Amino acid sequence: MSTEITTDVVVIGAGPCGLFAAFELGLLDIKCHFIDILDRPGGQCAELYPEKPIYDIPGFPVVTGQQLTDNLMAQIAPFAPEFHFSRMVNSIEKQADGSFRLETDADEIFHTKVVVIAAGGGSFQPKRPPVADIEQFENKSVFYAVRKMEDFRDQDVVIVGGGDSALDWTLNLAPIVRTLTLVHRRDAFKAAPASVNKMKELVADGKINFQLGQIAKLDGEDGQINHVHLTTDAGDLSIPATRLLPFFGLTMKLGPVADWGLELNDNTIVVDTEKFETSVPGIYAIGDINYYPGKLKLILSGFHEAALMAQAAKAVISPGERVVFQYTTSSTKLQKKLGVA
Amino acid sequence: MKITVTDQAGDVHELEGLEGWRVMEVIRDWGLNIKAECGGACSCATCHVYVDPAWLDAVGAPSDEEEDMLDSVGDVKSNSRLSCQILCSDALDGLTLTLAPSAAKDF
Repeated sequence: MSTEITTDVVVIGAGPCGLFAAFELGLLDIKCHFIDILDRPGGQCAELYPEKPIYDIPGFPVVTGQQLTDNLMAQIAPFAPEFHFSRMVNSIEKQADGSFRLETDADEIFHTKVVVIAAGGGSFQPKRPPVADIEQFENKSVFYAVRKMEDFRDQDVVIVGGGDSALDWTLNLAPIVRTLTLVHRRDAFKAAPASVNKMKELVADGKINFQLGQIAKLDGEDGQINHVHLTTDAGDLSIPATRLLPFFGLTMKLGPVADWGLELNDNTIVVDTEKFETSVPGIYAIGDINYYPGKLKLILSGFHEAALMAQAAKAVISPGERVVFQYTTSSTKLQKKLGVA
Repeated sequence: MKITVTDQAGDVHELEGLEGWRVMEVIRDWGLNIKAECGGACSCATCHVYVDPAWLDAVGAPSDEEEDMLDSVGDVKSNSRLSCQILCSDALDGLTLTLAPSAAKDF
């Protein structure tokens, strides 16, 4: 059975701009639910550059992606937004009463008055190896994550990559597979040294194979691979394989957003600059995913967009209610909401 | 300075490079097919290019961090570089490179 959740606002994307939207909405007594494809908040700041310095956040001469995320999470904590991680919104349908029905790939249905799309460059998806027709094998014999280890028991497994995911799964699957070959383009690994050492021990003991090279082609039929072809410095090589696990990290794809009937401009969503509303009333877009003349893809622009969007969303959620503009520095009401008065 | 870029479709573009800009920024701002999703932080490898062998010495070797990022694409060659890690300078006037398949916006 689907889980049904009714709320005022669903924010799609828990990156910095989405997170700050929870603050601006919270000051207006609007509760929100977040849906994000990653397993943690922060979006690009968490996934792409958690340790990289950012120098253009007002008031912070320097802050890392992770610090900014942590600070935003602390800032919005008084409003207790709810987070639904590791899932994607598949569809948005406008209902007769003007509200929206959202379905996720985790079998949830959200009923919400307002949708805020703060999805950055889209949803993070596994990077595909540059192999022709790989789609036909995906989720049948080519996987980008291990959901059930049993799917790999007694199989001939090829794992590609040099990071922690590749090494961790090499070590975890080695005891149950028939054969396992780790393929990496060089004899240096980004993964934790302890994992690399364990992998080398397994290779020395003859339990698994390590092959320098890059994946070039897959053979198979009906979704089932039977050989993985590699290019190596010593020439081409073919390995019998029934399972392939490429671990090349994540990249952003616009994904289902393209199918929601919103006016787009080169993979971004067109909005106005008063409300940051899309071509569908009640659906707003803020941060890197939106487009308007003069748009700058800066986190600070997204913060501004979040504040104006929240005012517009308030008018949709509480029609006719008079909103008094207040400052957190001087308003006892706002300070009570923040838990500081 | 000039940069000559062959895109994934084989079309050749001569771009005006600006001193101090990252080569990725020039390719992106001239509207070529480059994703460059992290914006130049050496954090994604979606600005992957192949440097013409004649220019490899002038461009120099990739850093350890850049090599680590190149692990996240499957079409690495001996002349692979991330174009966000190459700074435009007069010494690179005439730099010639090719956009890797993995740098495409829709890859």
